[in-house]
Amino acid sequence: MKSIMTVISQEQIADKIYEMVLEGEITQNMKTPGQFVHVRVSDSTSNVLRRPISISDIDAENSQFTITYRADGEGTRKLSRFKRGDHVDLLSPLGTGYPVEPADHVLIIGGGIGVPPLYELSKQLNAIGVKTTHVLGFNSSKDIFYEEKFRALGETFIATVDGSRGTEGFVTDVTRNLKDSYDRFYACGPKVMLKAVSDELAIDGYVSLEERMGCGFGVCYACVCERADGTQAKVCTDGPVFRKGEIVL
Amino acid sequence: MTNSKLAVSLPGLDLKNPVMPASGCFSFGEEFSKLYDLSKLGAIMIKAATEEPRAGNKTPRVAETASGMLNAIGLQNPGVEHIIEHELKFLEQYDVPVIANVAGTKIEDYVSVAGKISKAPNVKALELNISCPNVKEGGIQFGTDPETARKLTYEVKNASSVPVYVKLSPNVTHIVDMAKSVGDIADGLTMINTLVGMRLDDAGRPILANITGGLSGPAIKPVSLNMIYQVRQHMPDVPIIGMGGIATADDILDYLSVGADAVAVGTMNFTDPYICPALIDELATRVGTLNIDHIHDLKGRAYL
Repeated sequence: MKSIMTVISQEQIADKIYEMVLEGEITQNMKTPGQFVHVRVSDSTSNVLRRPISISDIDAENSQFTITYRADGEGTRKLSRFKRGDHVDLLSPLGTGYPVEPADHVLIIGGGIGVPPLYELSKQLNAIGVKTTHVLGFNSSKDIFYEEKFRALGETFIATVDGSRGTEGFVTDVTRNLKDSYDRFYACGPKVMLKAVSDELAIDGYVSLEERMGCGFGVCYACVCERADGTQAKVCTDGPVFRKGEIVL
Repeated sequence: MTNSKLAVSLPGLDLKNPVMPASGCFSFGEEFSKLYDLSKLGAIMIKAATEEPRAGNKTPRVAETASGMLNAIGLQNPGVEHIIEHELKFLEQYDVPVIANVAGTKIEDYVSVAGKISKAPNVKALELNISCPNVKEGGIQFGTDPETARKLTYEVKNASSVPVYVKLSPNVTHIVDMAKSVGDIADGLTMINTLVGMRLDDAGRPILANITGGLSGPAIKPVSLNMIYQVRQHMPDVPIIGMGGIATADDILDYLSVGADAVAVGTMNFTDPYICPALIDELATRVGTLNIDHIHDLKGRAYL
């Protein structure tokens, strides 16, 4: 589970958004989109908690994968200073990801830093012949990333809260006006977005949750959420991906 | 493999080595059993058991702090019956003594849980949790009032089939008074639980849903060392399992030096899930290089 990976590259791709490519044998264990890695941002004991970060792209052939994250806290800012050749201690791959199942046409909906894991998901869906439509929401034009990468995989719509690009408003302001029919949706983003999407779309789907984590592998009970049946689930191991309706949003 | 230089005997506990994971940082061991052989550990302090299942607090439940973290999990656990039937059964396949952490809000609850869980074949001792800072229902703070703590310890000791260690809270004015009030009834002490703290977000609001949480990790090691140092001076014979921020073999030597008999590793299990077996190996190497016959030759060095 724990491995030391080598930084191949690190690049800032939007406001506070960084993309880091890592190399290591453990990449061969990464199969399911929506899983995450738990990164130690410092060798010292100054930061005792690892940071959970989504896997956004898996390149098994070269044993490389990409993580995409927002550097808006002390830990992720430290991570953003890692350079090519540096070593990173991480636990991976963790969590239960998105099932990649056949369908004619699916809707992929991302909000802000929830967008990254959807890229690997869309790649895998396209690889088995599923048509994908992407709806990506951001606060403002300076926050947008991966638009072209998604466009290369299928139809892509952008929404910004301030209207500086694409549709003004939220992802639901886009999905409300879509005419095609979709077999299911896959969403990742803030809880309010997941709730709005789940409520508004009549189709079945999957949502990926975000929660503050301690251990990342089911031990500390920090990242629990409530299931519709009243029991509790751990976001780190039972999730982060859950079926629509399984979790109280 | 057993290294006799590391073996430690305490009431109820024959430890292969003095290193064990601390309660709440190891769940019930199953997740770690996928990473390494749990039989390597000196003991396992399992997550707190209460009479009824507990859902715990609202999230966020954790926040990082400088060289530490705050938690307010709220004793989430499936209840003592479930723990005996499932979690403890699972651990029976390993050659490792279990120390069961017992929690509650009423004396009757503690007594009931202690009576039941102490009969599980692999539970060799209890850790009486009178000091969880995150559960306030009932309004009783067993861990900060010497008289209440003494009464509770007495009742639990009577109900238990195995030795009872009392986990002391650092959130008191006089740690020695607390230790003395329970020390002649209990079979041993575990020191220390977390320190109450809080952290704010950028908008000046508490991050934890519970507002306050328990501070753990390397940040609290100096506090714990001092408290054990104080207690050991007044109670030369009481068995003490020391904990608080252990991250290296040197940290373990520090705890032994102030008078602890064994140690528990908490928060660092999250930072590095393999830390316990790594520290056990490192400790064996250190005993070799220090040229001593037994790890306890270092015990109490701080007083010389």
